[in-house]
Amino acid sequence: MPVVIVDGQEIEIGADERLNCIEAARRAGKEIPHYCWHPGLSVVASCRMCLIETGQRDAATGKVSMVPKLVPGCQTPVKDGTVIVTESDLVKESRARVEEALLIDHPIDCPICDKAGECLLQDYHFEHGQAERRADLHAFTSRRRDVGPTVTLFVDRCIMCTRCVRFTREVSGEAELMVTSRGAKEEIDVFPGFPLDNKLAGNVVDLCPVGALGDKDFLYQQRVWFLKREANVCGGCAAGCSIHTEHNQDTVYRIKPRENMHVNKWWICDEGRYGWHHLHDPARLLEAGRRELTTSRHATPEFKAVEWSDVVTRLRDDLKAAGRLAVAVSPMLTVEEAWMLCAVARSIDPQAYLAVGHVPSTAADETFPGGFTIRGEKCPNRLGVAGVIALFDAAVHTWTDLVAHVREGHADAAWITAGYPTDPTSTPWIDAETAAAFAELKCLVVQDLFDSPLAKHATWRLPAAGFAERAGTWVNVAHRAQSFDKAIRAPAGVWPEGRLFWNMLGRRGLYDAVAVRHQIAESSATFAALAGEMPATGVDLRLQQLAST
Amino acid sequence: MPPFKPVLLEAVGVPDGNTLASYKSRGGYAPLEKLLAEKQPGDVVEMVKSSGLRGRGGAGFSTGLKWTFLPKDHPGPIYLCINADESEPGTFNNRILMEDDPHQVIEGIIISAYATKASTAYIYLRYEYPRSWNRLQAAIDEAYAAGYLGKNIKGSGFALDIYLHRGAAAYICGEETGLIESLEGKRAWPRIKPPFPAIEGLFRKPTVVNNIETMACVAQIARRGVDWFKSIGVPADPNNPRDPGSYGPKLYCLSGHVEKPGCYEAPLGITVRELIDQFGGGVWKGRKAKAVIPGGISMGLMTESELDTPLDFAGPGKVGCLGLGTAAVVVIDETVSIVDFLHNSCRFFAHESCGQCTPCREGTSWSLRMLERIKAGKGRLKDLDLLLELGNTMGMMPGSTICGLADGAAWPIKNAIKKFRGEFEDSIKRTNPSGWMVTEPVPALQIVEAH
Repeated sequence: MPVVIVDGQEIEIGADERLNCIEAARRAGKEIPHYCWHPGLSVVASCRMCLIETGQRDAATGKVSMVPKLVPGCQTPVKDGTVIVTESDLVKESRARVEEALLIDHPIDCPICDKAGECLLQDYHFEHGQAERRADLHAFTSRRRDVGPTVTLFVDRCIMCTRCVRFTREVSGEAELMVTSRGAKEEIDVFPGFPLDNKLAGNVVDLCPVGALGDKDFLYQQRVWFLKREANVCGGCAAGCSIHTEHNQDTVYRIKPRENMHVNKWWICDEGRYGWHHLHDPARLLEAGRRELTTSRHATPEFKAVEWSDVVTRLRDDLKAAGRLAVAVSPMLTVEEAWMLCAVARSIDPQAYLAVGHVPSTAADETFPGGFTIRGEKCPNRLGVAGVIALFDAAVHTWTDLVAHVREGHADAAWITAGYPTDPTSTPWIDAETAAAFAELKCLVVQDLFDSPLAKHATWRLPAAGFAERAGTWVNVAHRAQSFDKAIRAPAGVWPEGRLFWNMLGRRGLYDAVAVRHQIAESSATFAALAGEMPATGVDLRLQQLAST
Repeated sequence: MPPFKPVLLEAVGVPDGNTLASYKSRGGYAPLEKLLAEKQPGDVVEMVKSSGLRGRGGAGFSTGLKWTFLPKDHPGPIYLCINADESEPGTFNNRILMEDDPHQVIEGIIISAYATKASTAYIYLRYEYPRSWNRLQAAIDEAYAAGYLGKNIKGSGFALDIYLHRGAAAYICGEETGLIESLEGKRAWPRIKPPFPAIEGLFRKPTVVNNIETMACVAQIARRGVDWFKSIGVPADPNNPRDPGSYGPKLYCLSGHVEKPGCYEAPLGITVRELIDQFGGGVWKGRKAKAVIPGGISMGLMTESELDTPLDFAGPGKVGCLGLGTAAVVVIDETVSIVDFLHNSCRFFAHESCGQCTPCREGTSWSLRMLERIKAGKGRLKDLDLLLELGNTMGMMPGSTICGLADGAAWPIKNAIKKFRGEFEDSIKRTNPSGWMVTEPVPALQIVEAH
């Protein structure tokens, strides 16, 4: 095994690993500061913050010969015997000088900068900079320029690391951003008439190590040090990107990608990034309601609020009284919720018809030059739900099957879980004609985020939880299961599905997704991999299944 | 020393010397035909290597050795790039060659392409040289018509196309990888090395980048032989194993305060004083030289007492200059303020820094603004220390930048302040009598834009 010596500490690296000095030093617990280098982008070695001293230890004699000048850690690969010195005086002076140079033309307007608190320029300045500003020069002002519909550029804050430029060239592929002018007058810009407008554009804001690129959606909404972050999974499509939901007092402020080399690497799409606004939409259903029986089923729909504790018992009674039950298990539900729903349904009607709920989808998958793929299937857990249903029934029906089943009169009651983030201003997930199939049922339960044509026929209208309000496990299109906890509490009056099912199963205490997950893992080979502690990046269910067969 | 007869410049002053007919009448292209018929590419590489020819573009790297870095038996294309982006201030030797004897250059290119097995050569021409453009293009057309370019050159089976590319007036395009990026249609940001161009250059293929004057030298070596070339210049220093010697004739661009500025050909190793007195007719108006730039502004400064330094590849380095560079000697007489000189130098580099590496981008701009401050009568002695620190820390040599532009910006600063510190101090004390001694940070000066 090759050995690398970092500040005198020997660490082993894999025989076929291709690491640069920054990555190797990180293994030894040493952080080499850097701006322009990013593992997902090409190496330009231009910020010069990662300058270090390197050398080579002779395998035979053990003698170390050092390179007589500083080298960029990002550009220098390590091999057996590479010596890295990250804390010599020469290195420290060089860092201080780069930091000083970067601040010459920087406006230092941290008090009004959105990045303050999570800014590398700030952090490195405190760690590596010098106390006194030796350049007695007028800094520029914070000139602001729009570069696209979602991103704005504070020109003078930029340190010209060109991460954003490389991202648009190498990952998103549209190459909207460029560098104009020369020397200290350099700026990031777009060509007139060609704004930064692609489906991955928001990532440039995450990449920006300083406050130059701002996300207009987040700009001036919240100071970053007030935000708490929860490791979540995006529910926007079947890719299941790992994200951080950043929130404060049960309000989400932004979504950031979370590094997961198995799924989304370092990126997320703008659809996911801005796909949290429905959580705080005033049109959301916020209370459980039961339509009071009138002589005419077609009278003005009037739902009367029902206490949740009553929902638990009365819902069961209503469905039991109606007879043959059909259940749509929404692909927005977690594996745990789906499993409990199936269990509840079968406890009401042992022959209950179980189907995967409506799977919203747009056009085909869209893959970008950097390999990132936005899935056409716009729900996070179709595979997981199908896997759960398979545990209860030999046949896994689809939503179309269920509609036909109801239309043909095989069911007396239906329980439709939905929870699709389509607010009433956009096209509802179900059209009036399909909804009409459910009109003649004795009892129809609709559990959804927003009103829909289906709710018109509902006996019970229950609010659903949004993605950041759920806890559990989703299985993405590549069979990777990722578990997560809720980021925020559901709005007052809303019981997340898991809590309702938990109570309907008569279980004690608060809904515990982890306990349910362990129970599922124990009882099925499909989900055996969900046992124990889940890694933050999830597990591949297929690998585990292969191993167990 | 017998009077040296110009070789590279033999066409200067000859009527229609830039035409094919004139070049052939002087013995041109015959060596090429002989070489194509008799020699293998490897023999040509060996010939140039043994001649001790060092690149005339500035760095002085052995040309033959550079060619041997190309991968052996490379299956794909190999490119030859000729650097004619002559933008070093004070330099115009390539221009003379391209305007007055373009066929000498083209013959050198054909020989070099044959040696390196390149079938495509690009000449990257400086934007500001329209006459060079016209004459080179005319010469290329003539060479095609006469069968020296194109397919199956003179029945040898060797094919070569030369493309003339005109840059867009940026100093950084003279850096070899900046040139390659620019030729590929990109922003001329020098590449990180390794890989060096010989392994991965133009269009990610093995590439050799050579200077125009180097090509002319190659043509002359083919015509007159290795022994002739080695008989001129300064042999290697036997006490320094790393000195490969400085052989051959060299074009010196003499400008500034001399009576007869111009491009002169002399054996490598002529001293600055000889050059000024024998060719330049002495310092202008009989004044005394105060300082001399030995080889383009980025090489730094020599003082009057250092003028006996030989202008070979090793000479200027012995007096603290960066090197011979392009051998563009600019004479600065005693009436010139070194503060003004350094201000001008800093302005050039702040304007031309490509902006890729932080130390160069910010350092060149900061040094300019400090000089602006000094010139505005607000300088302090501590500014000199800051300037010196900038000079000592930016560049490829301390490892803080990708290319050598910052070294070129640093050397005038270092040399000027080290060799003329007294003048700087006097100037600061005179123009800022109340504040020259201040060491605390002072309120920022609103400086008028310099460029």
